[in-house]
Amino acid sequence: MTTTAQTTAVRVRGLVRAFAGNRVIDGLDLDIRPGEFVALLGHSGCGKSTLLRILAGLDRDIEGEVTVPRRRAVAFQAPRLLPWKRVWRNVVLGLPGRADRALAERYLGEVGLSQRAAVWPKTLSGGEAQRVSLARALVREPDLLLLDEPFGALDALTRAKAQRLVGELWARHNCGVLLVTHDVEEAVLLADRVLVMRDGGIAHQAVVDLPRPRDLGSSEFVALRTALLGRLGVGEPQPARS
Amino acid sequence: MSTSEASRQQPQTPARPAAAAIEAVVPPASAVGDPPPVAAARRGGGGGGVGGVETIKPLHQRRRLQVPRPVRRSIGPVAALLLWWLLSATGVLSAATLASPVEVFRQGWDLTADGKLGSAIWVSTQRVLEGFAIGAVAGTALAVVAGLFRLGEDVVDSTMGMLRALPWVGLIPLFIIWFGIGETPKVALVVIAVTFPLYFNIYAGIRGVDAQLVEAGTVLGLGRWGQIRHIVLPGALPGALVGLRYALGSAWLALVFAEQINATNGIGYLMNNAEQFFETDVIVVCLLVYAVLGLVTDLLVRLCTTYLLSWRATFDGA
Repeated sequence: MTTTAQTTAVRVRGLVRAFAGNRVIDGLDLDIRPGEFVALLGHSGCGKSTLLRILAGLDRDIEGEVTVPRRRAVAFQAPRLLPWKRVWRNVVLGLPGRADRALAERYLGEVGLSQRAAVWPKTLSGGEAQRVSLARALVREPDLLLLDEPFGALDALTRAKAQRLVGELWARHNCGVLLVTHDVEEAVLLADRVLVMRDGGIAHQAVVDLPRPRDLGSSEFVALRTALLGRLGVGEPQPARS
Repeated sequence: MSTSEASRQQPQTPARPAAAAIEAVVPPASAVGDPPPVAAARRGGGGGGVGGVETIKPLHQRRRLQVPRPVRRSIGPVAALLLWWLLSATGVLSAATLASPVEVFRQGWDLTADGKLGSAIWVSTQRVLEGFAIGAVAGTALAVVAGLFRLGEDVVDSTMGMLRALPWVGLIPLFIIWFGIGETPKVALVVIAVTFPLYFNIYAGIRGVDAQLVEAGTVLGLGRWGQIRHIVLPGALPGALVGLRYALGSAWLALVFAEQINATNGIGYLMNNAEQFFETDVIVVCLLVYAVLGLVTDLLVRLCTTYLLSWRATFDGA
């Protein structure tokens, strides 16, 4: 395991996950290098969230080979903060030893919320709660960060800010990231590599070697986004496939 | 979500003239400042009917009379007391049926002065506390076992469901045969009254905990005990407090029944004694004492609830 961990953060071979005989994931292969930012696109119900749950270790009803770093963290679409714990206690929940407020505040500072450490989660806005959830993931210093549509429930402005924040945090922490999303623009904006999932496997991948920070209006960006939208079947009219 | 995403992207799909495509959607420049035609038509046609205008008044203007909350809350009880006093004073209620509030007050004063009432309340409170302590431990333990473990649920829950259907007041004769006429049957009755509401509410509370939070706990590396301590038990707290309120309420109720069993002290004994001499004033004093004790415990639970559940973002009345 240690030797593979040097070259790949995630290694998946021949993964199968069936729900009542229906193979949602069918013979999927996936590699993520340490420190690589991978975005996973796909229509809803294509199995991308299932794949994330498997990598998180939440779903073990699988066949095939899955190797993931031991230190991994997840940020879900909903922040899933414990309403009965103050923000800082939510951040350090599950860490070994005594709850360390200074540590929590350091990571809350990274997401711009050190002032909100002592409040109840109910007083946070949607974007703030999602940032706390990010701080809670990062405080574990993960080798693999799994993001399950973390900006899906945010409004457009808040989402743009959160996306930039994730880009900065990734650059600083240098962890492998798998971002599950159905926002093509978000995928191209953040990822080193964009995967398109279809029919239970990775149907397409595109390497994004645009310089960061990326310009949404640049012709390369637009072209890449258009191509990916085409792969998802929502771009220009496509010839019918068999 | 994916469809709205697609529609957002679609006008921009042509490679370069994306800006032009957006431009075409914007209405002519002159229209921007004016209200949209639909709204204008509606405003003109509505008049004073359903489609008219409404002024949203600020909250402080709408509440003209600011009566303090405690005063508002005591209006009902004070009115009832006045009515009772009126009925007694005019002779509609005879003293043999129901003593007047003045009589009741005087009797209450006398009973307090000679220490009878104080010692009776103390004896009764002890019974409730004893029964509540045992019942709370039993109810909580059973609920935790049934709530946390599938096996516990299978063994405990159906049994509790069955036992709950027994009318516990009807158990008194059996309790006398089993436990005699001392303290034990009285405390046992309180135990029964406390165990069930606590059990059912804590059990439901545990099973009502959001599975997504439990899953988040797993991802955060919480072990089984950590999950229980940080997620399941705090999540069951709102239910547990509802159960506590019920339990304390029925504890006092059970005591009223229990103290009818050959008591030689306590509030129930005072009442039984009074019954033999037709002292309706003493009976009313005792009833009031029960009511006040019930109210005080309820208030304590409500204070606990406010303190313990300050994290909750729930509706707390308009």
